[in-house]
Amino acid sequence: MSGDGNNQVLVNVRQVEKVFTRGSETVHVLQGLELQVRRGEFLALMGPSGSGKSTLLNLIGGLDRPTRGAVEVAGDDLAHLGDTRLAAWRARHVGFIFQLYNLLPVLTAERNVELPLLLTHLNRAQRRQHAAAALQVVGLSHRSRHYPRQLSGGEQQRVGIARAIVTDPTLLLCDEPTGDLDRQSGDGILTLLQALNREHGKTIVMVTHDPHASARASRTVYLDKGQLSLAPPP
Amino acid sequence: MKYFPLIWSNLGRRKLRTVLTMLSILVAFILYGYLAAIRQAFNAGVSVAGKDRLIVRHKVSLIQPLPQSYKQRIASIAGVAETTYSSWFGGIYQDKKNFFGQIPVVPEEFLSLYPELVLPKEQRAAWLATRTGAIAGRTTAKRFGWKIGDKIPLQATIWQPKKGAPTWTFDLVGIYDGIDDSTDTSNFYFRHDYFDEMRSIGEGQVGWYVVRVKDPNHAVEVAAAIDAEFANSNAETKAETEGAFVQAFAKQMGDIGTITVAILAAVFFTILLVAGNTMAQSVRERTEELGVLKALGFTNRTVLGLVLGESCLVALLGGGIGLLLASLLISRGDPTRGALPIFFFPTWDLLVGVLLTLGLGLVAGAFPAWQGMRLRIGDALRRT
Repeated sequence: MSGDGNNQVLVNVRQVEKVFTRGSETVHVLQGLELQVRRGEFLALMGPSGSGKSTLLNLIGGLDRPTRGAVEVAGDDLAHLGDTRLAAWRARHVGFIFQLYNLLPVLTAERNVELPLLLTHLNRAQRRQHAAAALQVVGLSHRSRHYPRQLSGGEQQRVGIARAIVTDPTLLLCDEPTGDLDRQSGDGILTLLQALNREHGKTIVMVTHDPHASARASRTVYLDKGQLSLAPPP
Repeated sequence: MKYFPLIWSNLGRRKLRTVLTMLSILVAFILYGYLAAIRQAFNAGVSVAGKDRLIVRHKVSLIQPLPQSYKQRIASIAGVAETTYSSWFGGIYQDKKNFFGQIPVVPEEFLSLYPELVLPKEQRAAWLATRTGAIAGRTTAKRFGWKIGDKIPLQATIWQPKKGAPTWTFDLVGIYDGIDDSTDTSNFYFRHDYFDEMRSIGEGQVGWYVVRVKDPNHAVEVAAAIDAEFANSNAETKAETEGAFVQAFAKQMGDIGTITVAILAAVFFTILLVAGNTMAQSVRERTEELGVLKALGFTNRTVLGLVLGESCLVALLGGGIGLLLASLLISRGDPTRGALPIFFFPTWDLLVGVLLTLGLGLVAGAFPAWQGMRLRIGDALRRT
């Protein structure tokens, strides 16, 4: 599966293989996979459970390393970055949105959003200012002092999105962002992601099972048995 | 410091568990404070004992008397600067449990030999002028609410007076202080000439001699010379430095230092297991969150620091409050009401306590922190 290959390519996955070993069993999750994501694109990545969608997302986000092949994002070959530099790279370039929101329950919405900014040189007041702005973008300024347990699922996911965008990353990676939400809340999240893509120019790669969600993306690719295709698997 | 709110918030995650862990650490450090004070109480005599003073007692035991006539012979031995004698009175003030040392002494000689006891000039003069006069240490005077001019009755247990009721009555003419915290201010001293005159038995005998040597470097030789002087007599002597004497006295109860260290080691090992288990459990419960933090860009080292920081904060809070409470409780004085006259929390042990809290936090958090650091993001997030 190949993109246009021009200099607008933000994510370039080349001949990637990922093999997991569980005891004596070896599982080939991804095999010779090729994928390019253009800057400003909203890509939906679909496929059945166990097809390797999240694995691919983790490779693109620098959370894991391929067994073979290369993953380049914004010109950086992630294979050549050590653990510490890779962590700094993630902080600078990637915003993650998780299915189960993964907010820290002991922190308020505002403090959760502020978390990635702890890794920057911003002072406390600046961090608060940025967090407030991110919460405003997701429409949750009025809930900034609430703890996750005091928020609905949709609101928690909005906080998760605010946390993902607060550092103004190059790339947003979403792993089933509406998977744990009802249709109405899920629609709200998808609309928000669309707005981030269209109005703020964020490049988004979204893993989803839901065709309704993938319909909001500008392009959809399917992953099955470690291979990508443009058409859904039979 | 920017991570402090995050660390602090994590303490509130399981409040009961955090509080119980801190309480266990707190109790351990109160115990540490008390044991440090007790060890100090037993060792204080050794550490403050005059390096130039010898104690000369009967070779058989301290309770065997020595002749008063030895004084001149001891004074004439080469290397002896001055000498005096004292005895053990062992009376009862109101009740047996009101224990404190009661010692007849020769005031001028005694005060000259013990410059660490601070007695105002006019009180000293009053003591020299009053045959029934006595001086009490500040600790004991405060304990019983005594003031100068009071009559202090002591019921005799060994030394019955020649006539009348078995009670000795003294006029309190002075209250002495110590030059520092480590000076024993619990004793009650009165005049040996009055004691000799009034006691029905034992006239001409004393409990022990105190000798100041001219050169502390030759203390051992002088002690040997004193023992040689009285060898093969009816009352052979055993002379030793005051430090050795006090240490031997303390060791009659056992090696307090070793006992203290053994108790503390057991307590801290237990607390280490408790705190370490709590931290490990806390980190296990937060595996996903640590994975998220790493996904956000927190480095392995930062995660290590966060877990260690949390562990140290619990230990510092629990230990710090424990040390503070120990200081406050110990400052109220000897809990045995007399058996431990020098009872305080030494500053050095307090500082060691602070370092111990930090060490406890670091050791208890080390393994969980290492686990957090080694956590693979993919594995952590797959748990959700």
